[in-house]
Amino acid sequence: MKWLFFHRSPGVEMISIQTEDFDTGAEYSALRDSGAGTGAIATFTGLVRDSGDMQGVSGLFLEHYPGMTEQVISGIVEEASRRWDVRKARVIHRVGRLLLQEQIVFVGVCSAHRGDAFAACEFIMDALKTSAPFWKKELSDNGEHWVEQKASDLARGAAWK
Amino acid sequence: MTDQTLTVRFFARLREELGTEQLTLPAEKDQTAGDLLALLASRGGAWTQLQGSQPVMIAINQAMAKPGASVKAGDEVAFFPPVTGG
Repeated sequence: MKWLFFHRSPGVEMISIQTEDFDTGAEYSALRDSGAGTGAIATFTGLVRDSGDMQGVSGLFLEHYPGMTEQVISGIVEEASRRWDVRKARVIHRVGRLLLQEQIVFVGVCSAHRGDAFAACEFIMDALKTSAPFWKKELSDNGEHWVEQKASDLARGAAWK
Repeated sequence: MTDQTLTVRFFARLREELGTEQLTLPAEKDQTAGDLLALLASRGGAWTQLQGSQPVMIAINQAMAKPGASVKAGDEVAFFPPVTGG
């Protein structure tokens, strides 16, 4: 009950599914603006890399289930807020066509202490990967390929249970 | 007039391979999401993969569900491959 105020009050959680790129500096500033009780900010940014299921990946196409995606991520952030001190959380996930080295996803959490910020940030990212309805297709000169779900991602998600 | 239909949506690889984003089906009594998968798989061709070896995830009204979950008129039922975001 201690953190009820924090995870119920508006503006604490920001979730955006968007085609446009994002500015990690602006996200950091928004997280930093969370009161004098904040002592730690943990952020994660995921990028498009050149190898996944295929070698020579030139980009990704990301599809999502509008509506359900936001609900699932909101539920994940709420769970994180129940388990750790989360004073503010910001989650951005891009969709559409993304080129090599572009930013895909951002997760930022601020807490009183680093342990909570690290754990909540990692939990949100792991849970997003295994339960938020996004699908990635790898694009390359040799064709396209819908990415397969990884056992290692499922294991990471299950490890938090 | 009451709408006695339900909406079925497909995403990602399933959407592409079935060539279908969305369709409307008549709602039957005592129907489950699994019944819908069997009905659609009976169309043959690419549709048989809905009951094939690859896992098909189910959402009813935008919440994850099991094949045994019941579906009714007005519901939005979605079928999709395991998720791969992040």
